[in-house]
Amino acid sequence: MSRPIDQARNAETFLADTAHEQRLDKLLWAMRMRRDAAARQVPEWEELRTLASQIKEHTLSNLAEYLIQFEANAIANGAVVHWARDAHEHNQIVLDILTQQGARELVKSKSMLTEECELRPFLETRCVRVVETDLGERIQQLDNQPPGHIVGPAIHKTNKDVAILFSQKYGSDPDNEDTAYLAGVMREHTRPDFLKAGVGLTGANFVVADSGAIVVATNEGNADLSANTPSIHICSAGIEKVIPTTESLAVFIRLLARSATGDTITQYTSTFRGPRKGAAMHVILVDNGRSARLGMKRFWHSLKCIRCAACMNTCPVYRRSGGLSYGSTYMGPIGIIMMPTFEIRKYSELPFSSTLNASCTNVCPVKIDIHEQIYGWREVMEENDQIQVVKKEAMRVAGVVLSHSALYRTATSTLPVGLEVLPHSVIYSRLNAWGKHRDIPDVPYETFHEWYRKNRHDEVMHDQPL
Amino acid sequence: MRVALMVPCYVDMFYPRVGIATLELLERLGVDVVYPQEQTCCGQPMANSGCHEEARACEEHCARVFSSFHCVVTPSGSCTHHIRNKFTAAADSTERLNLVQNTFDLVEFLHDVLEVREFPWTSFKHRIALHTSCSAIRGLNMASMSERVHDPLFSKPKTLLRGVSGAEVVDFERVDECCGFGGTFAVTEEAVSTRMGYDKLAFMQKASPDCIVSSDMSCLMHLQGIARRQKQDIPFFHLAEILNGVSL
Repeated sequence: MSRPIDQARNAETFLADTAHEQRLDKLLWAMRMRRDAAARQVPEWEELRTLASQIKEHTLSNLAEYLIQFEANAIANGAVVHWARDAHEHNQIVLDILTQQGARELVKSKSMLTEECELRPFLETRCVRVVETDLGERIQQLDNQPPGHIVGPAIHKTNKDVAILFSQKYGSDPDNEDTAYLAGVMREHTRPDFLKAGVGLTGANFVVADSGAIVVATNEGNADLSANTPSIHICSAGIEKVIPTTESLAVFIRLLARSATGDTITQYTSTFRGPRKGAAMHVILVDNGRSARLGMKRFWHSLKCIRCAACMNTCPVYRRSGGLSYGSTYMGPIGIIMMPTFEIRKYSELPFSSTLNASCTNVCPVKIDIHEQIYGWREVMEENDQIQVVKKEAMRVAGVVLSHSALYRTATSTLPVGLEVLPHSVIYSRLNAWGKHRDIPDVPYETFHEWYRKNRHDEVMHDQPL
Repeated sequence: MRVALMVPCYVDMFYPRVGIATLELLERLGVDVVYPQEQTCCGQPMANSGCHEEARACEEHCARVFSSFHCVVTPSGSCTHHIRNKFTAAADSTERLNLVQNTFDLVEFLHDVLEVREFPWTSFKHRIALHTSCSAIRGLNMASMSERVHDPLFSKPKTLLRGVSGAEVVDFERVDECCGFGGTFAVTEEAVSTRMGYDKLAFMQKASPDCIVSSDMSCLMHLQGIARRQKQDIPFFHLAEILNGVSL
């Protein structure tokens, strides 16, 4: 069993580098402000969110029907549809397609699903060269790091970081931090790969049942190159990405870029309906735990997610922790509620990396009750004995003291003793955590209770309610 | 009107002056206030940590102590939010239901129930940085949320402060971003929690306030702890103290 990810400790490490932390916080807060400005331009914004939520809930409630409808239409359009129960099946299907084609190189655009399936290491150990063609994703690949953000994978890196990395990997100028220059370096090195690779892979933002199309939204056009240059296009899509109609697609397209970056629409919103002439198109529909999550009464709503990252951008904890601190494929608020469905022990601490401030829930374009689910997951961790023993014991003691007024009064009237259990009983395992960067409050001369007994004699004698 | 005063455990222990201000303010307004002495805590610290089993007895005790009152008032948005929206560890009972339905944060009680708009005994000619907790904003709808860009702007605590002679509420950046307290989060995620607090204070300080005010003392305990460590001597007040006529 893997040890739980210690997000708090990882965040502390990230915070120690003040320059990076402050930059990330400002950058993502600016994104949140851009999102607000974009939403302000759409008078029916809240109605759109409600509609998007309802469409997703309806589709998820009739998931099998819509998937089968999509499959039939996609096949009619000339695509090959595969079904993968889990990550391994998905990866094997991709490998089989590569093998049949005799291809040893794969170009791909950004796909969180392939991160989730760990496709790249799977293929690399089987002698397939994989090239990420999204700029941020490529930076992360070259730096041997997973994405730190689901929209901007390398958003935690400065231009300087990238200039140094590219100089090491590509031999470019380490002192040139110009964005256009760096993007040019990357482009120069990955463009030939589009021509060499036998197979291109994209993810899918939406899978449209009534047309059999998949829709991919990007800003760099790299998904279009990945799909349209090699003779084989593989599209990996989670089964929850299906939506009923092209008409309903409009609702999501209006919400997606506005929520993500504050843009009205992404630079490219590409619909792939079937293979080009002389080429092949494969769609892999992946479950990998989704149908199990759909069966979770309290948590199935997280399947509505359209991966806009608005919850990350607004999350004050994420902005100060960096995405890598979560040690998971999906990070930030949405990651906290998704990851435990993959592996409960490993992600058992994540639900505590939140102040439950609820900002995430209010920016979510599909109205996932994110903070309520975080709260719910805390309970699940407790029910599954995933809470640290010291913390649990502190809570047990606090629970006993706080449910007996006599014990409570004893504890509070002798404050030095009381402090150990109350109110921040809470101070458990990391006993001095409160005082590391904060003073503790002055202990007053008397508690309110004691003051009241001295100053409100009459009431003390007759405090029966009417 | 007879009202039970609920004094949150941390207010009882660390900020008795806030309990006193709340009591005196309600008395000034002609409310018949009772302080049930058996009270302890609402159970939130345990429940928020996922420990529902440990929270049960505490919540049930709380429900027993207060269930016979038609109105329970507490100077804490966070405790009110827990009782109104999260009070599920206690077994279902009439007592529990009564408490859930009858508990009000002090701001709600003043603003919505008594509809008080004037505090003629006050004179506070100072600049106030007003912090409203996430529980109060997003849990109790006590102020508009910045995320909901089409909602009309409002703030119940700010409206109450308009009735304080001379008080000026200053604007500052990221006004409804969480301060980083978060209950147990303040210690389990100490580094992020305190950085959030530093940032919150820095945004407030840019507006040159004379004091920092909130209707939630738990956020202030965190923020004041950080301010003191940084040798900032700006005073912190609970809103009840301002409304009750405290002077700087």
